[in-house]
Amino acid sequence: MVRSKQGKLLNITMQLSVLLLVVIWVVPTFGLLVSSLRDKNQISVNGWWKALTTTEQSLIARTDDLDKQQVIDDKYVLKGKIETTHPISAFGVRSQEPKAFQAGQTADLGNNQSMTVNADGSYSLSSPTAFEAGRGKRIFYTTEVPPRFTLDNYREVLSAQGLGRSFINSLTVAIPSTIIPILVAAYAAYALAWMRFPGRSLIIAMVVGLLVVPLQMSLIPLLRLYNEVGLAKTYLGVWLAHMGFGLPLAIYLLRNYIVGLPKEIMESARVDGATHFNIFQRIVLPLSFPALASFAIFQFLWTWNDLLVAIVFLSSSDDQLVLTARLRAMLGTLGGNWEILTASAFVTIFVPLMVFFGLQRYLVRGMLAGSVK
Amino acid sequence: MALQLFYAFITVALGLFGAAFYFYGSNLLLDKLFPLTTDSHAKTARNLRITNAIRPWLFLGPALLALGLYLVYPAVDSIRLSFYDRNGEHFVGFSNYTWLLSDAEFWRAFKNNMLWLLIVPALSTFFGLIIAAMTDRIWWGNIAKSLVFMPMAISFVGASIIWKFVYDYRAEGEQIGLLNAVVQFFGGTPEPWITLPFWNNLFLMVILIWIQTGFAMVILSAALRGISEETLEAAVIDGANGMQIFFRIMVPQIWGTIAVVWTTITITVLKVFDIVLAMTNGQWNTQVLANMMYDWMFRGGGDFGRGAAIAVIIMLLVIPIMIWNIRRANQEMEGQ
Repeated sequence: MVRSKQGKLLNITMQLSVLLLVVIWVVPTFGLLVSSLRDKNQISVNGWWKALTTTEQSLIARTDDLDKQQVIDDKYVLKGKIETTHPISAFGVRSQEPKAFQAGQTADLGNNQSMTVNADGSYSLSSPTAFEAGRGKRIFYTTEVPPRFTLDNYREVLSAQGLGRSFINSLTVAIPSTIIPILVAAYAAYALAWMRFPGRSLIIAMVVGLLVVPLQMSLIPLLRLYNEVGLAKTYLGVWLAHMGFGLPLAIYLLRNYIVGLPKEIMESARVDGATHFNIFQRIVLPLSFPALASFAIFQFLWTWNDLLVAIVFLSSSDDQLVLTARLRAMLGTLGGNWEILTASAFVTIFVPLMVFFGLQRYLVRGMLAGSVK
Repeated sequence: MALQLFYAFITVALGLFGAAFYFYGSNLLLDKLFPLTTDSHAKTARNLRITNAIRPWLFLGPALLALGLYLVYPAVDSIRLSFYDRNGEHFVGFSNYTWLLSDAEFWRAFKNNMLWLLIVPALSTFFGLIIAAMTDRIWWGNIAKSLVFMPMAISFVGASIIWKFVYDYRAEGEQIGLLNAVVQFFGGTPEPWITLPFWNNLFLMVILIWIQTGFAMVILSAALRGISEETLEAAVIDGANGMQIFFRIMVPQIWGTIAVVWTTITITVLKVFDIVLAMTNGQWNTQVLANMMYDWMFRGGGDFGRGAAIAVIIMLLVIPIMIWNIRRANQEMEGQ
């Protein structure tokens, strides 16, 4: 009995701790999404966690010119209306106290002059003696803006900020870089898994070693080479570079998978006179689909999210600037414009998130096969 | 714009067709040159030997060529260039390295990198392990895992924006950054976190920990599930409590996997560049080696010698893990 009670308590604490961790992990991204959908004036006024509350906006208006005053009941009165889309909650007559009076209250301006501002924006200024003609008096007022969600930020970044164009550029980089290495890697993986030849274990060791070689080692020589042969600042150059950089993982992952395929199938096919080429084409390739998919997802996420290869080998002109590079440039120039930054960031992470949630199974499987055991 | 995508798809088609053509054609050619159906047994046997010796290299050819051109040759050339001047034309001996050793920025980057190496793999693995262990025992564990795993799909730059927004600081008005709002809620004073020397390094590391914990969790979760039930049952019968079972029985059985996760994250940390570039570009004492290397590639027209020297330093830090990985892979292969 005692034991199960303890177990229950332990389970509840465990659930709460996991919940806390999950919340910490998700909240930053969630805040980004909420902010990207908020009105840009509201983003800079308060935090995204207040997105559902009404926000206060402080504004200034002027009454009509004072020579428009009328005489009503022995008093000099000026009536008019402030154009406001949202109800006014408070007003003031001095900049130091913009919220001195509630809407509908009467403010004493001194010299027996007084002013009233109503929630709908109508005001009246009155005085026992005539106002000196001149510009109208300033009114400081606060309006209550109800929460507002909009897609305006997305419209803005996709067209005016050029993110739409960068989206196409990112696709242009990622698709060929993902597909082209697959076949090359699959043949190599098969040879390393099922063919016997001298130097095989040496090549496998080399592939394992190359898995961890930092990209930084390749950048300068390749940039020099590309400058010589004219591949610098071309998509072709980037596709080939991504293929080269992705191959160690591709070969390693596929080999681990292919070597685990049932030996009997291969051997009986060999006995029946099938060549390696036939076995690969007819048996291995179809059976390896899950591993091929895993690699494709990895490579797609990696090439889509890559910044380093893109900024080294592509130009920063509009037709070659990929999403990550554009985002990085925006961080420098639009530092405080959170409506632009949050919407842009969400545009760039949208595709990988869809891929992630749609194909998570393959991603997990690939990760398990791809880490050096 | 549409043309550009069209161009990309044509390349995909050409690339796939080209590869298929090469593999099909070269194999066909090999079979035609050395047919296995000949009039003499001796000839057939000889042809079989020859095709068996050549075919692996036909399969491996394109991959080896790409690996050689994009990884092996550049690595060797980077080492060479690190002994040359800024344009790679004149041999300058060790002067790039002596410059590095006397450069204050390099040492700052090096120290920061060491800090990253100590903290990020440790915390990512730790969080990954406890989340893996806890989620395995609750009914909505898979949803929780999926959400913790999600940042793996987000680019470093995207993650940088997400967190820069969390760290946002305003000198006046209401704080719109979550961290400062929380600090204020508990009575603290808001701070411009990203520009606070030393501590800002930790705030940048949080971003990578946030991303890598999912990776650690997935791998460790699989390892935990592989633990034999018998050892757990025996522990329960012997009266061990939850903590004891976890630390004395489960963790020791997955040490190997923990080491793999740790080293894999270590490699990622050494290469990390995007986060620092996007968040601070190395300002306020946050420089790291990878960002400094990128910087020198282009700074003042670019200094390839110094850039290559920094790359070699990063490589030297990777080599112990590389050797360890190759050893393990070799051991595993002997079992096959």
